[in-house]
This record gives sequence, structure tokens and C-alpha cells, in this order.
Amino acid sequence: MTDKNYIYAVARVRSHEMKLLSDQTIDRLVHADSMKSALELLNGFGWNGSDPAEMLQTQEEAIWSFVDEIVDDRSVFNVLHLRNDGHNLKAAVKAAYTGEEVSGTLTLPRANIAPALVVEAVRERNFEVLPEAFRESAKEALDELFKTGDGHRSDTIIDRAVLDEIRRAGEASGDEVLSFFSEITVASSDIKIAVRGADTGAGREYFEGAVADCSSLKREELIQAGLSGREAIYSCLSSTEYAEGVPELKKSISAFERFCDNRLIRFMKPQIHHSFTLSPIAAFILGRENEIKTVRIVLSGKQNGLEEDFIRERVREMYG
Amino acid sequence: MGMVYAVLGAALAALLAGVGSAIAVGRAGQAAAGAVTEDPSLFSKVLILQLLPGTQGIYGLLIAFIALGRIGIMGGDPVSSATVGLQYLAACLPMAVVGLISALQQSKASVAAIALVTKKPDQFGKAMIFPAMVETYAILALLISILAINGIK
Repeated sequence: MTDKNYIYAVARVRSHEMKLLSDQTIDRLVHADSMKSALELLNGFGWNGSDPAEMLQTQEEAIWSFVDEIVDDRSVFNVLHLRNDGHNLKAAVKAAYTGEEVSGTLTLPRANIAPALVVEAVRERNFEVLPEAFRESAKEALDELFKTGDGHRSDTIIDRAVLDEIRRAGEASGDEVLSFFSEITVASSDIKIAVRGADTGAGREYFEGAVADCSSLKREELIQAGLSGREAIYSCLSSTEYAEGVPELKKSISAFERFCDNRLIRFMKPQIHHSFTLSPIAAFILGRENEIKTVRIVLSGKQNGLEEDFIRERVREMYG
Repeated sequence: MGMVYAVLGAALAALLAGVGSAIAVGRAGQAAAGAVTEDPSLFSKVLILQLLPGTQGIYGLLIAFIALGRIGIMGGDPVSSATVGLQYLAACLPMAVVGLISALQQSKASVAAIALVTKKPDQFGKAMIFPAMVETYAILALLISILAINGIK
């Protein structure tokens, strides 16, 4: 698609950007004294509904129905759905192994491949109907599960295929936001794999199978650091663009995830002033998803009666 | 041969400036349609912003008319030599080239201005100034082309 085809779409996105929640709104939401007042506040911003789960689902669906309205070919955003494809593939592999039916609640709806198709393809071992990027890994993951019964190893094979595909699709998109999204997704996943591997004392075979290539990290150095332990990982990251995330990583994995989400949002912010490319649309989608994720964190905190400061530490920066 | 050069100059002025404006108005129109889809009350404001890059096409047409009116096609005396024909061609070029480039650039400013109006409709006056600034250079080229054509003996 040429740039000019996005002018109409970006003009519509500009209008919708005004409805995005701001950092101040999220702050007020965190400050709300009860779940009821938090929902009332959201109602005031057009997030209608009294059931939080339903409200969040409606908001997620609204993103993609809007995208369908403004973009002829939604496949340019396939990279954003690859993690859901991976989730569904893992559920299908486990179902094929146990012989159980996969209920709708175990699969994610916004995926590039229809969940039912994935489940059937894996059950029938008809991997040819899957996209090329997942054929080998789906077969290998299923064989591994039948051979060893180790669900974690099976999942790792699929996760790696998903990371490789995210990187490839991000680079192929030719769009700066989607490229950055894919890079930070793969790099943050690699770092989390390294930390978890270091914590559990995993061997080289695990790291080699799980850690994917990316531009912002040296894979071999990260694997070596993962084998040596957490301090080696911190040291390895200190010379990369993720150095500022090390203190967060020391706190927890979720604090590091928040750091990565905020980094993506900061990268995308200038797109609010661009009018011609795919980037402002991609930034809007990711900004909305980030917004929904944050509202989910806040509402879940309110529902469970968590302290305001505890919730505040977990909220993301807003795109709006 | 002089006649060929002179007509070529007039044709280029109308052609390049017209092509530039057509692309530019189309581009701004896409942004305007997007803005009006979300808020129909913006129609009159974004219509003006869409039309701004359309003026180059009119200026090109004007130069073509003036040139044709002097070279014996729509009046005036036929071009007598290749030198005079080349003078007409050179006189028309400022409008042709600047018309094309300024229209395309102005469309980008118009699209950005439409985005501004979408978010802040009360800032329409300021938003209009940005694409209007590009118009300055189309007007300068128009003036030079008119002066040059009128100066040909």
C-alpha cells in the first residue's frame, strides 16, 4: 500500500486520538475510592458498561472494528496478532496430546489463523494448512510432547517460532512503529527467558532453543549470561539500550515488562503529528491496547482491594 | 518551430500546475473525508483547506491563456521565430515547475492542517495559515511568468 492510501485512515485516527485516556485520567482512576467510582469515571470517557470484563472486551473489539473500517487490508497488522497465534497453537498441541476438546475460553479470538482451524490442523496432524512459519514448530512441539510429556519444552518450541516470526514480520512491514514493536517484543522476551533460565539453572540446550535473534541484543552473549546467572545478565544488558531497564528487572519481571511497554509508548508518541504513513495507525492500535491493559490492571487492583501505590507502580504511560 | 516552443510553454504551464493541483486536492480530500466521517460539522473548514492547493492549477491555466492570447492561437500575432518561441517557453516555466512542486508540498501542509482542525476546530484560522504560506511561492512564480510573457516583444 502506498502512503496516500493512509491519509483518510490517519485523519480518522486523529479524531479517535482525542478519546484516548491520558496519564491524568489513569491517575484519577487509580485514585478512585471504589470499583464503582472507577467504573463511573470510565463511563464518563465512553467506556460504557457495569461489568469490567465485558467493558474491556467491548473496547478491544472496538479497536479492530475501527481498523477494519479505515484500512482495506488488515494483514499489515498481522505482526500484532502473532502472540495470539502462538497461544492458540500451544492450546491446540496440548489438546491433541490429552485428547480433550479445546473450549473457546482457552483460545484467543484476535489471531491471524482461526483458532478452530489450528485445533483441527494439529489434531489431524495436517500441518500444511498452517502458515509456513508454524508448520515445523507445531509438528516438533507435538512430537516433543508425545515423546517426553514435557509441556514446557513443547511450549518453548512454539514460543521460539513465534518470536522468529514476529521479528521477520516486523522487519518486512517497513513501518517504523511495527519494526520497533517487533524488536522490543523479541528482545524483552529474550531477556525474560534468560532471567527465568538463570533462576531455574537451565542448560545451554534450553537457551539455544528459546532465545531468538534480534538486532538490539547479542544472542550468544545473552545465552552465556543466562548460563552464568542474574548478575551476568544485568552486566550484559548494561551495555545495551535496555540498561535503564536493569533496575526494573532487579525488582521483578512485571516491572521490566512495564519498562518495555513505556519505552514503546515513548517511541510512538511523535506519531501523533504524522499524517501520511501506516505508523500513526499502528501507534494508535498499540496505544489503545496499552490503555486497555492498564485499565485492566487498575480495575483488577480495585476488585481485589489492593493499595493505591501498589496499583500505581504497575500502570503504564499513556499514548494519549 | 517558434510556434511549437510557445505552445509547449503554454501547455506545460497548464499541464504541470494542473497535475500538481489534481494530486494535491485529491490528497487533501482524503484527509478531509476522514475528518468529516468523524465530525460532519467540520465540512466547511476542511473544504477550504482541501481547496487551497487547487489554486496552482488555476494559475497555470491563466498563464496558458495569456500565452495563447499572444501567440496567434487565441489572438495576437503568430510567433515569428524560434527565439521568440523559446522566450515564451522560458516565460511559462516558472509557473509550470513551481506550480507542480508547490501544489504537492501545499497538500502536505493542508493534510496536516486538517489534522489540526480535527483535534482543535477553534484553531482553524491558524491552521489555514500554514498551507497558505506555501501559496506565496506559487504567486511569485505566477507574477514572474506574467511579467516575462508581457515583456516578450
